Amino acid sequence: MPKAKLKRKSTWVDMTAMCDVAFLLLTFFMLTSNFVKKEPVLVTTPSSVSEIKIPETNIMTILVDKTGKIYFGIDGQEKRKELIEKMAAAYSITLTPDEIKRYTVLDLVGNPMQAMKTYLNLKPEVRDLPNNNLGIPADSTDNQFKLWVKSAKEVNPDIRIAIKGDENTPYPVIKKVMKSLQELDQNRYNLITRLEGPSDKK
Amino acid sequence: MAEISSDSGSHKKGGKKRSKKLPSRVDMTPMVDLGFLLITFFMLATSMIKPQTMEIAVPSNKKVDEDQQTVAKVSQAVTLILGKNDAIFYYFGKSEGAKILKTTYAKDGLRKILLEKNFDVAKQVEDLKKEKVKTKMNEDVFQKKLSEIKANKNAPIVRIMATDEANYKNLVDALDEMNICSISRYAIVDLDEPDKLLIKDVNI
Repeated sequence: MPKAKLKRKSTWVDMTAMCDVAFLLLTFFMLTSNFVKKEPVLVTTPSSVSEIKIPETNIMTILVDKTGKIYFGIDGQEKRKELIEKMAAAYSITLTPDEIKRYTVLDLVGNPMQAMKTYLNLKPEVRDLPNNNLGIPADSTDNQFKLWVKSAKEVNPDIRIAIKGDENTPYPVIKKVMKSLQELDQNRYNLITRLEGPSDKK
Repeated sequence: MAEISSDSGSHKKGGKKRSKKLPSRVDMTPMVDLGFLLITFFMLATSMIKPQTMEIAVPSNKKVDEDQQTVAKVSQAVTLILGKNDAIFYYFGKSEGAKILKTTYAKDGLRKILLEKNFDVAKQVEDLKKEKVKTKMNEDVFQKKLSEIKANKNAPIVRIMATDEANYKNLVDALDEMNICSISRYAIVDLDEPDKLLIKDVNI
């Protein structure tokens, strides 16, 4: 009887190198990218050829979505605390320290001051629903938006203004925003755009 | 005793003999899985693209003295009117009796008209850019020369007027064209009565 001796080949592969590559890629991504900020509403900014990068600190963001609602936020948690305390005092609203803390972690808030207390007490899951975000009023009768910008300037004199609008935002809302800024003598601002791709028709 | 003799010279860990080699290797496969899981998390939760900005400055509301106001030649003035459905109209000079024309945001529309009007400045900027690449000019020197070219007294002045039916994209595209065509002086202004009448005639 022939001895059928099958040579068992070893299928064990040394994965050490693969592990090294994986951790190198991971370190690269950790160091070079930054977490996307969660916004209350998704906005498609128009494209432009400008290549100036947005500054990361000392910036106030005015987000205008396509329905014309205005959202406002600044960077820096300490500054946000000062800002909300100023605004609450201006509208005679008392906020508990817990509510103030909740405000400081939000990047952008779009609600009139009267609805701010209830908004801050909502659960995080329901905060982004359209009904709960009414937008900051900027009409001449009740220009809360102007007061937000003024207070932000007082809290941080070096702050710069960045306007992030959707492609389909109607021009009258932008006109209102620019008019309020002009009344506060803020004449230099940045418009946030994205880099033009081949699909943009230019 | 017979076993010691042949292997005493070798440097095995723990003095293990060749025949009874116990594997001290660790299987890295789960570690690799973990690594790729973390990579996938970072790829999906973060973004490498930083958003860009366009810097603009609008004229202030403050009253300026008559002699300090820059006087513009009528021949230099170009007015753009942004209408609804991406329609864009323009005319040269004063609004009374001006011929209003229609154009588009495409390359052959607005850009062509502005480049024609701004031919000298645009050409000088092109030449400066080529020179920059050739002579490896310093960025500050380049900016200084650029502002000198743009300070040309005969350059056109563009007024951008947007109707209430225009959208934000129209405004940004118009401002973008200012940048591309190297227009040094432009302003966003409100529509006034003569312009409103002109628009009505064209019936947008």
